[in-house]
Amino acid sequence: MKNIIKYLLVGFVFGIVLTKSEAVSWYRIYEMFQFQSFHMFGIITVAIVTGVIGLQLIKRFNVKDSSGAAINIPDKEKGNARYWIGGLIFGLGWALVGSCPGPIFILIGAGFWSVLIVLFGALLGTFLYGVVRSKLPH
Amino acid sequence: MEIIFQTWPWYISGFLIGMIMLALTYFGKAFGMSSNLRSLCAMSGLGKKVSFFNFDWKSQRWNLVVVLGAMLGGFVAVQFMSDPSNVSLNPATVMQLEQMGIDAPNGKLMPAALFGSDAIANPATLILLVVGGILIGFGSRYAGGCTSGHAISGLSNLQIPSLKAVIGFFIGGLLMAHFILPYLLS
Repeated sequence: MKNIIKYLLVGFVFGIVLTKSEAVSWYRIYEMFQFQSFHMFGIITVAIVTGVIGLQLIKRFNVKDSSGAAINIPDKEKGNARYWIGGLIFGLGWALVGSCPGPIFILIGAGFWSVLIVLFGALLGTFLYGVVRSKLPH
Repeated sequence: MEIIFQTWPWYISGFLIGMIMLALTYFGKAFGMSSNLRSLCAMSGLGKKVSFFNFDWKSQRWNLVVVLGAMLGGFVAVQFMSDPSNVSLNPATVMQLEQMGIDAPNGKLMPAALFGSDAIANPATLILLVVGGILIGFGSRYAGGCTSGHAISGLSNLQIPSLKAVIGFFIGGLLMAHFILPYLLS
């Protein structure tokens, strides 16, 4: 129960921040890809800088996780095709419907019911990847 | 009090997003939203047919709880924390959008021309939203992560694969926003 509340709270803050920063907004994504505002670039940059500093501190001071175990962040698998091609496909969708997976859920929670159609597509896309995975270069 | 209703500035929002990733790291988890799509596929029993979905999705339940929290957060933010001054775009963007038939935000997060109830009654818009979703779902799983998993978590951990993926995100996004979307909307 304590765990559920912990993750619910992290998600709750995430939903509020993404909505109040308007990172969930189709408009903001469009504006970003037109380079007509610094807003989204600022958000992403500050998030990464915060993350880099935090992870470096965690590594430097061997911070343990909340259960007392060592924090071990696995490296991403090496590869090229999957990152370039997969990334490009994702980007096409991101700019088309103006939301990535987090915002899809946040917008549905906020009552934008038409985003359920995007979620349906995203589940279908995930399923299709599962089906053709073995035939794709990674 | 005004900060509750106004658009949150990028430096506060970015910092909080970084802290959310760090909080999950401290809880021994990894910040990544698109994995939930795979979990939802596995939950619906697709693992019997496609081996990619045959994994212990119950170990990922914590992430589905994060999603539930995020949905609640979205609800609270829109219902109780919004203001007509929100989503004040660059006027140049608003004009560009108007020429493509997209309504100005005037405080709302999503254009009615794409997400309104009249819009989705139009089969062309419906297909656009489904195809966009397919690209997001397929692409994020192929690349092994989305904006949260690669752009935030991966780049924070100085991962070269994540940098490749994020460059891919932007190449795809720029192609769509500058060449394909104007064509689709015209």
